[in-house]
Amino acid sequence: MTIHIENLSVTFDGFRALKSVSIAVDKGESFGLVGESGSGKSTLLRAIAGLAPVSGGTIEVNGEALSGTRRSRAFRRAVQMVFQDPYASLHPRQTVDRQLLEPLAIHGIGDGERRILKALDEVGLGSSFRFRYPHQLSGGQRQRVAIARALIVEPEILLLDEPTSALDASVQAEVLNLLEEVRSRHGLTYIMVSHDLGVVTHMCSRLAVMRNGEVVEMLSAADLAGSRVVSDYTRRLMVASKGFSREAVPG
Amino acid sequence: MKPLLTVNKLSVTYPTRTGVIEAVRGISFELGRERLGIVGESGSGKSQTGRAIMGLTPPPGIVRADALSFSGVDLLKAGPATWRDMRGSRMAMILQDPKFSLNPVMTIGRQITETLRHHENVSKREARRRALEMLEAVQITDPERVFDLYPYEVSGGMGQRAMIAMMLVCGPELLIADEPTSALDVTVQLEVLGILDRLVRDNGMGLIFISHDLRLVSSFCDRVLVMYAGRIVEELATADLSKATHPYTRGLLDCTPKIGESRHPLPVLERQKEWAA
Repeated sequence: MTIHIENLSVTFDGFRALKSVSIAVDKGESFGLVGESGSGKSTLLRAIAGLAPVSGGTIEVNGEALSGTRRSRAFRRAVQMVFQDPYASLHPRQTVDRQLLEPLAIHGIGDGERRILKALDEVGLGSSFRFRYPHQLSGGQRQRVAIARALIVEPEILLLDEPTSALDASVQAEVLNLLEEVRSRHGLTYIMVSHDLGVVTHMCSRLAVMRNGEVVEMLSAADLAGSRVVSDYTRRLMVASKGFSREAVPG
Repeated sequence: MKPLLTVNKLSVTYPTRTGVIEAVRGISFELGRERLGIVGESGSGKSQTGRAIMGLTPPPGIVRADALSFSGVDLLKAGPATWRDMRGSRMAMILQDPKFSLNPVMTIGRQITETLRHHENVSKREARRRALEMLEAVQITDPERVFDLYPYEVSGGMGQRAMIAMMLVCGPELLIADEPTSALDVTVQLEVLGILDRLVRDNGMGLIFISHDLRLVSSFCDRVLVMYAGRIVEELATADLSKATHPYTRGLLDCTPKIGESRHPLPVLERQKEWAA
């Protein structure tokens, strides 16, 4: 078991963003978190990374019990995160080269030249992108840089927070394909947050549907595809994701 | 029947230091009392088209057209007074995010009554009554309470309903909705679309629905224009969506993952130079 979370609670100033959530993700698995805004899906991801005030429960990653927001150096290398908005998650005044060099410097990894070229190549950006600034890149290219930055330290687990929702549909397809490709090549474990059921069922084998800080349903992508869902809320999400129809609208 | 809106060879250009950017490049269409979708990806010129029709192209943008007329009014010759008269009362626009399109320091009620009192000669009391009625029409359960709330006190879905109420309170003939539900959660999205659907149908408005989501648009509109690089590459009745012939439209339809389909890897769109020609 790579990631094991039990009865996890997160509280912000008295507001309980996560209420006793338990999930378990196997090594090499791709696990999805679905829900609407405020459901706690991003908070769960951030709690794993040590970016949220945990108020109860346990998180175990690779057999290592994590407490509070402290994380070991090994953890910080093994677990990497990709955020939603590549316009916000890259430093606007650093070249791609600098952004990729940073994690290497932090972890004291040498051989930067070769690794940077390899990482760029891996995400389908040639070496010609190496000395560009983020504003010289399109949204899809920026997200590729963000993925390269995550991959360059050879992680085991990627936490993906809506990695394609700021992108155009055609670019989304390219980035999803890239994410699948690198996962199978490196045997990575993914936890992917998305509000788009189509994207999650495409990428993940199992998923948790969240609402108001709780997991309302845990199911496999195949169950979802076959409409074998238990909770009303999941059903409503499924209807909504099919687009507008006069019958589907209540009232 | 005379069309409500005639757009003939509309172009929108922005002069920049490095040359002229052609955001919209000579598009033509007509709109009756129907729902027309305009679909495209970022940079396709779909929003610029909507803005040009509303006369909201920001400087230094230049709008040119052979004809741009809205129920008999030549929009190319309209002066500021004509625009002020028309916007809000005869044509209205809903934008993507209520967080940015509502006035943050004015209560929702005042924003709605302001529109009414500007365009129609109504008493304060009458304006309030009609605003409350409108809030009820957008399915806000407690209109009296919401009337006195500020935009930051309501959720995104509620804000967008208030926005719709404000835009429709004068009974416009044309409504331009630019990504009206993209900032909302999917289940809320559906409710807001339901409200929009009913109001457009009951009031017999013309609607231009601008979105990046081809499937959402086609489930909502009668007709869709697909834009690419400032041009209309394909026009379709939504019933014929599956018969789309342009490779760009087909590519857009194919590249989104759907529940219950297993396609690994997803087909990606190969952009051809001649589409933009």
